[in-house]
Amino acid sequence: MEALDKFRQEIKAWLEENCPPSMRTPMPEEETVWGGRNARFTNPDAKLWLDRMAARGWTAPTWPKEYGGGGLTRDENLVLQQELRRIKARPPLSSFGLWMLGPALLEFANEEQKKEHLPKIVRGEIRWCQGYSEPGAGSDLAGLQTKCEDKGDHYLVNGQKIWTSYADKADWIFCLVRTDPTTKHDGISFLLFDMMSPGVEARPITMISGASPFCETFFTDVKVPKKNLVGELNKGWTIAKRLLQHEREMISGMGLGGVGAGGGIGSLEQVAKDYFGETGGRIAGPSLRDHITRQKMDSKAFALTMQRSAEEAKAGQGPGAASSIFKYYGTELNKRRYELLLELMGTRALGWEGDGFDDGEINVTRSWLRSKGNSIEGGTSEVQLNVVSKRVLGLPD
Amino acid sequence: MALVLTEEQQLLRDTATQFFQERLPIANLRKLRDTKDASGFDRGAWKEMSDLGFAGIMISEKYGGTDFGPVGLGLVLEQAGRTLAASPLISTVLLCGSAVQLAGNATQRQDILSAIAAGDRIMALAIEEGPHHNPARIATKATPDGNSYRISGSKTFVLDGHVADQLIVVARTAGEESDRSGITLFLVDPKSEGVKITRTLMVDSRNAANIEFSNVAVPSSAVLGSVDGGNDVLEQVLDIARIGLSAEMLGLVQQTFDTTLAYLKERKQFGKVIGSFQALQHRMAALFAEIELCRSVVLDALSAIEDRRNDVPQIASIAKARLSEISTLMTNEGLQMHGGMGMTDQFDVGLYMKRARVAAASFGDANFHRERYATLEGY
Ligand SMILES: Cc1cc2nc3c(=O)[nH]c(=O)nc-3n(C[C@H](O)[C@H](O)[C@H](O)COP(=O)(O)OP(=O)(O)OC[C@H]3O[C@@H](n4cnc5c(N)ncnc54)[C@H](O)[C@@H]3O)c2cc1C
Ligand SMILES: Cc1cc2nc3c(=O)[nH]c(=O)nc-3n(C[C@H](O)[C@H](O)[C@H](O)COP(=O)(O)OP(=O)(O)OC[C@H]3O[C@@H](n4cnc5c(N)ncnc54)[C@H](O)[C@@H]3O)c2cc1C
Repeated sequence: MEALDKFRQEIKAWLEENCPPSMRTPMPEEETVWGGRNARFTNPDAKLWLDRMAARGWTAPTWPKEYGGGGLTRDENLVLQQELRRIKARPPLSSFGLWMLGPALLEFANEEQKKEHLPKIVRGEIRWCQGYSEPGAGSDLAGLQTKCEDKGDHYLVNGQKIWTSYADKADWIFCLVRTDPTTKHDGISFLLFDMMSPGVEARPITMISGASPFCETFFTDVKVPKKNLVGELNKGWTIAKRLLQHEREMISGMGLGGVGAGGGIGSLEQVAKDYFGETGGRIAGPSLRDHITRQKMDSKAFALTMQRSAEEAKAGQGPGAASSIFKYYGTELNKRRYELLLELMGTRALGWEGDGFDDGEINVTRSWLRSKGNSIEGGTSEVQLNVVSKRVLGLPD
Repeated sequence: MALVLTEEQQLLRDTATQFFQERLPIANLRKLRDTKDASGFDRGAWKEMSDLGFAGIMISEKYGGTDFGPVGLGLVLEQAGRTLAASPLISTVLLCGSAVQLAGNATQRQDILSAIAAGDRIMALAIEEGPHHNPARIATKATPDGNSYRISGSKTFVLDGHVADQLIVVARTAGEESDRSGITLFLVDPKSEGVKITRTLMVDSRNAANIEFSNVAVPSSAVLGSVDGGNDVLEQVLDIARIGLSAEMLGLVQQTFDTTLAYLKERKQFGKVIGSFQALQHRMAALFAEIELCRSVVLDALSAIEDRRNDVPQIASIAKARLSEISTLMTNEGLQMHGGMGMTDQFDVGLYMKRARVAAASFGDANFHRERYATLEGY
């Protein structure tokens, strides 16, 4: 306990000195730091903040030091996160490398691969994208057909991915490929390659929100060095599934209203008072008030459940059945939250662009549209419910 | 924050599980109902519960209690909820025991708490006056009369009212019908002249009564807490009851879920078990998620009382609103998934549904608690 207190004091002092004041303000979505070869820093402080945090390994606090991580224990990391939250620090780096690939590499990659890729993720030097879904393989991911042939001294990849988020901006891809067409799950391998390789093409797709974060990605005779295979040939499905768990955890966090909560928009009750009006200090519409209360109560119950699950894991009781519902519940909750914001703000949340609406309002409209993808990406809600029915409840096919 | 049980608490839960499964299974409630049992609960079992320390679970060792605290009581109530065990835990331990603990003077505590812990006294709180929980609106009057008071008014839905050895009556000593101040709690002997108790038979086969007070004389020594200042105590007592009842409802919900899940794995139609139909699977998975959230909320609410947190009112309303709503949903879904069998008295799911509705209506339903939460949070 004493050691932790000392650690907290050190962190406090370090953050005080090293976190630039502009990095302690709410972050507009366009200022998110994704890193990579072509990293763009709208705010120069953002680069400073990233470099300082990365130098201490605190962009990946719990990864081992030998791979550039912070080497912190779970408890130390908790303290770090608390202190970061306390000063409202922006995340220094957002990246699929940190959230998804890194943890999977730590578990499944060989020493050379870890040394090669992990430090670059920690420092935000290489930006990764996820090549899982294909036109014919969405929910039924194991049906993927992107072909990968052994050509002696290299692999040759041919096929197409779709919905590849940020494929047009990413430097490298972690990609599921078919190495044995005669079986399903046991013929999939987990491959890493450079998006600059000849034969790779990413075509952005416009989303309903107007943004183009995801792409169709085509591979035509892409040569991949054999050392880029993670794990054994045809054993990629295990890695793929584990990585999906990390992805789902990341997406579940949206249920807490943290991510994309609508920059500059206050609490639900404040939004209601501002946009709908109040009588005697209370929200004027009893029905809206009730909707807000339902949302707040469910959010609280969800947050407590995530906390309980974390405490159970810490007490050595395993991840627990509760964690199986997080992706489903968290994303549905986030969607409901945006629907409610729309109701509270009326036509002010229905603008598309231009001077008629302020940035916060446009952000709500766009984020509402983007939120619809939460219950699709990373495994749809229906697929999550299937998983709970079969794995947790033991119901048969 | 303690959302994970300690070893001691797990042990207590196991003891409670065994006790209710063996001593008060649901057959016990059926028997009380079918024999029109005069007490409406099993007095022998209640004595055993006090021997196990359940009756004195919130009472300090000084008065013969076990002082396991609110989380402990919640665990016992959850197990009681699983078998729909009828007992004076809510009336006597949650409501009246808490009221005496919070407001009683030394004499009252000594007398009452030790009697409760020993299982020797059944108590009932007479508060409700209409079909909806409304603690802010008390019309029953207590008028000073020399060195005593005279109570007049009528109370309804008094849990365990017809078997109580002693009543706590919520009455108005000052102010208008809806004023928060001016409320006083009185300890009243149910055998006093002018007290008329009528048992009301409820759909859940549990105890409740209507009580008329006609100019009932009580000495001023019977005041519990301060004159006119009863509201503060009452709010705290009610929050404890709301949270405890939520724990009971958690057990009820979990049991209905488990029973339904087992039925889905056993009942065959179209040549396969009905649990293989996705239309039912997704509803069960969604219910599973809701129940996991229920569990977290109940645990947090219980530890909020234990840690004397200042958000007890908020978390009590979250717990009671959620459990009222999910117990309604779960019992409706459970019945539907049992098909025709769910409609029979022979199957238990109907009994769970009936208890769920009475529990939901007790101390504020989901509507009451959402409205209250918004008020507490200032919007
Ligand atoms: C914003 C966004 C970003 C994404 N980013 C990436 C990325 O970076 N990389 C990547 O590889 N993929 C990405 N995806 C793709 C995502 O993983 C897939 O969209 C998802 O797995 C669903 O596949 P699908 O779109 O083919 O839908 P389908 O599988 O065709 O599903 C259509 C509908 O049928 C339902 N359904 C399907 N199977 C069943 C079943 N067995 N039981 C019940 N219902 C079923 C689904 O729930 C859904 O409602 C992204 C998607 C979105 C929306
Ligand atoms: C009040 C009442 C009066 C009745 N009167 C008569 C009468 O006069 N004469 C008579 O012959 N019958 C009568 N019935 C019987 C009634 O028709 C059956 O109860 C009904 O057909 C359902 O069959 P089951 O009870 O066997 O339920 P099951 O078929 O066992 O169904 C159990 C659950 O599984 C679900 N389920 C079953 N198959 C599927 C599937 N393929 N996909 C998804 N879900 C499924 C059901 O919807 C239900 O929720 C009566 C029933 C009631 C409740």
